[in-house]
Formats: sequence, C-alpha cells, structure tokens
Amino acid sequence: MTALVLLDHEEGRIRKSALSAVTAASQLGDVHVLVAGDVAVARAAAAIPGVAKVLHAADAQYAHELAEPLAALIVSLAGGYDQIVAAASAVGKNVLPRAAALLDVQPIPEVVSIVDAETFVRPIYAGNALATVRSSDAKKVLTVRGSAFDAAPAEGGSAPIETVVPATNPNVSEFVAVHLSDSERPELESARVVVSGGRGLQSEEKFHVLEPLADKLGAAIGASRAAVDSGFVPNEFQVGQTGKIVAPELYLAFGISGAIQHLAGMKDSRVIVAVNKDPEAPIFQVADYGIVGDLFEIVPALTEALN
Amino acid sequence: MKIVVPVKRVVDYNIKPRVKADGSGVETTGVKMSMNPFDEIAVEEAVRLKEKGVASEVVVVSIGVQQAQDTLRTAMAMGADRAILVLSEESPEPLAVAKVLKAINEKEQPGLFILGKQAIDDDMNATGQMLAGLLGWGQGTFAGKVEVADGRVKVSREIDGGTEDVSLALPAVVTADLRLNEPRYASLPNIMKARKKPTETLKAEDLGVDMTRRLTVVSVAEPQQRQAGVKVGSVGELVEKLRNEAKVI
Repeated sequence: MTALVLLDHEEGRIRKSALSAVTAASQLGDVHVLVAGDVAVARAAAAIPGVAKVLHAADAQYAHELAEPLAALIVSLAGGYDQIVAAASAVGKNVLPRAAALLDVQPIPEVVSIVDAETFVRPIYAGNALATVRSSDAKKVLTVRGSAFDAAPAEGGSAPIETVVPATNPNVSEFVAVHLSDSERPELESARVVVSGGRGLQSEEKFHVLEPLADKLGAAIGASRAAVDSGFVPNEFQVGQTGKIVAPELYLAFGISGAIQHLAGMKDSRVIVAVNKDPEAPIFQVADYGIVGDLFEIVPALTEALN
Repeated sequence: MKIVVPVKRVVDYNIKPRVKADGSGVETTGVKMSMNPFDEIAVEEAVRLKEKGVASEVVVVSIGVQQAQDTLRTAMAMGADRAILVLSEESPEPLAVAKVLKAINEKEQPGLFILGKQAIDDDMNATGQMLAGLLGWGQGTFAGKVEVADGRVKVSREIDGGTEDVSLALPAVVTADLRLNEPRYASLPNIMKARKKPTETLKAEDLGVDMTRRLTVVSVAEPQQRQAGVKVGSVGELVEKLRNEAKVI
C-alpha cells in the first residue's frame, strides 16, 4: 500500500506536524509526499528518510496552498494511492476534506492512533472521549494530529523528485495576503517548552512579563482562549480545542484556570507546571507541579532562578 | 442575495460529556442540547449581512432528528427568516450532510453558505470544505472577517502562524471561526416572533441522498486521566523538581 502525504510548509520550512504525518503514513505502507510551492521545500522533503518519492507541484497556482486548486490536484493524483494523509494543520484541515468530498470519501480528521489500515482512533468532544472508527471507504483520507506521532527526521533520505502535471484550476479563489506574526520564537506546536498565559495576566501590557522567561527557556508563548478573547495576544497564540494542540516536554501555565477546552489543547504535555492564585483552579488537577500564588511575583523569580 | 446557514443540535458546551457504559458512544439522552456554538456565530454573521443590506434572506437548515426543530427556532429568534428541517438519524456524517446541503442549494440557490467551522460533538471540521468541493465553489474556512463586495467575498482566515486573506468568487462557502463575531442573545419578543416563522420539513431520502455511514464506531472510551501532581511551596523548590525529578530543564 502507498500513502500520499500532503507536506505543508511555512516560510520555506516543512511544518513539524507534516513530518509527524509522514511518520503516521509510514505505519500504513510506502510514503510519497506532495509539496506545493517552492522547489527548496521539495528538496528538503526528498531528504526525509522513509519518503520514497516527492511529487512537486511547481505551478504558480499552488504557491499559496489554496484549497481549491490543491484539492483538485490531489484528486488527479489519488488514483495511485490507498491513503491520502496530511497534518491536522490549517492547510491540512482546509484542503483534505474538500479532496475527500471530490473522491466521495468520508475523511477521518485528527487521527491520534492507527490501529490497522481500516481502523483509526480520534478524539471527539474536545478530547473528552476517544472514538475508534472503522472506515468502509476504499480510499482513506485522514489528517493526523502532530502531537500524537513523532516527527520524521529531516535528514538522511534521498528520494527522487518528480514535477507533477497541474490539474485544472477551479479558478474560484485568489490569494490576497498573508499576515504572519513576527517571532524569533519556536513554532508553538513544535516547541520543546511552552510558556502560556491566561486571564490572570490582566492586560496586553502585563502579558509581556512572560517574555524574559520564555527567552530563558527557548520557549514558545501560548495563551488561553480567555487571554485571546480579552485581546492580550493575537488568535494564533491560542492553545485549546479550537486553537493549537500542543504536547511539549514542559508546559508552564500562568494565570490559566484550566477550562476543559484549554486542557484539550495541552493535557498531553510531558510535564505541566501551573501557577495560579486560586488553589481550587482545575488546572492543578492536571499539573505535575503547582504553585499557588501571584504570578507577577513568581514569573520574575523563576526567570531569575534559571540564571 | 440569499444566505443559507446549516445549524446542528449538539450536547450543550457547558455539559461535560459522559461516555456510555457500553462504550458505544457519548450519552445524549436526558442531556441539555443546544445549537453548536460555531453555528451560532455563522447565524449571527448571516443576520448581520442582512442588517447591512448585503443579504436579502437568511435560511437556516438542520439535518437530524425532529428535536432539531428547537435549534432552528433559536436561529430564527436570532434573526433568520425561515427554516428547513431535513429529517435523518442523529448526527449524520459530514459527507452525507454536504450532499444534503448540495440538494438544498439546487432548491434555494443561495449566494453564500455560512457554516460553523466544526461541530463540538464529533469535532470533524469538514462539512463546509466538503460542500464547497461538491459545488465546485471557493471556500473561506476559519473566517475571522467576511466582506462581501462586487460579486466576491473577501475572507480573512485564521491560519497557524497568523491570518490569510483570500478573495472568492460568489457563490461561495464560508466557515466561521470563534472570533468572527459575538452572537446575540435572542430577545423574548424575537423568540415569540420566531414561532410564527415558517419551517419546511423534508426527509433526507426525498432529496435522493444516500445517508449510509462510511465510518463505523468500534468503541468510544474515556481518555486516560492525568494524575494531579504536587503543589510546591517556592520557586526554588519548583526549579529543583524540574531539574532533578522531571529533568526537563
């Protein structure tokens, strides 16, 4: 069996969650990857061990990974594959269900475990339950949750690169602009350490108190939905059911009460630290280490103690 | 321009879901049910577009059991003009829902479908994309901002590292993310008024749609619970634990 993995990328780098999708697909059989966009990304894809072939969609219509042309391309290539796989990233979640509909397949989103070629485990109800589902579709279309599979190594392979023939562009969509947060920090979903703030940070200004600590730990900064809704930080910082799902080695939660929807986004972290002034905050029920106290004293003290 | 907004009846977001003892699913009997929160945002956006004069009519559709009637009433109390209830078993799969909506499109010919980006029960996040695919239309998923002008819709989409703006030819499909708007509460007079608004009831099979499930649920289980750890008394103690016990720094 051979799987085709849509390998999405940002600013010329393959997403870590896409590398996790390669690992997941390799549990099903041989792996071919599809790269839409820059040739440098296709070359990087060719170096992933375990990738047997890179399909490169070089045509300009694929440059921004728009769903409409990309889904059409996947459908044109799908005949040779048993599975179509992508990370459950913004790109994967946008493109794959569309391709699945065109293939008359019910997609299986956010897979966290592969039981066999027909059977997959996926969280439902914000991760409050895990459903094991068996697909009767001849072809499987799935997105996989990055935090549930190790990322494939970036170096060591040397797969051939084949330029694919463009499919007919439905021509119903145009890319206008992209606005990415400038950040020297690691990507939230692939960071080893995440420092997160909640409503307890009180304001956009005060949220900056987390930065020296994040610098010290080489951490990404995250936030609860409450902090995002209060305008302390932009949307893309949100960790939770409707934001990013993270599973770092170390997750530090400051002033986050621990709503179910936030826990859904971080409870698979290896070590969780919670700092909250409310000793009854639900976050303490999942934290390995907790401190009850004022985060505005504890964060600077912790930053200092790491010197 | 007519806007169609599909809405789903789900377990209320304030209720902690309970896995059934036999592992066949999540308990929904005797549990408070509400409109999927993302669908409320979709209804609100459509009603606002009508209030701005961009849309002429807002039609809400629910595909499911008879009780989805309540969900449609809520949407009409928020400002939707009329409703279509398509009877089927509870919580059909996105592929089947997209096919029903495609049939609704033939009947209603809207300029825009606005959907919630995902339902909080099965967390599929697929129906809007699938509908757009079946119709061959553009899709503005995870919308944080929607502007209709000159026969196109510009959608600011929430993506992993920030936002992306796309421009779609109309008709198109938009799916609402969390921050598109804050849905209004239906006022009592509007709830009363909604009772007089018309609801048409159809059957999925009358629309010629095969609702057969492609996914069989083998089992549903509670995830492994994390054990609460220890509370430490000082920053010094925390650093010591992280270094020597957890070995993460």
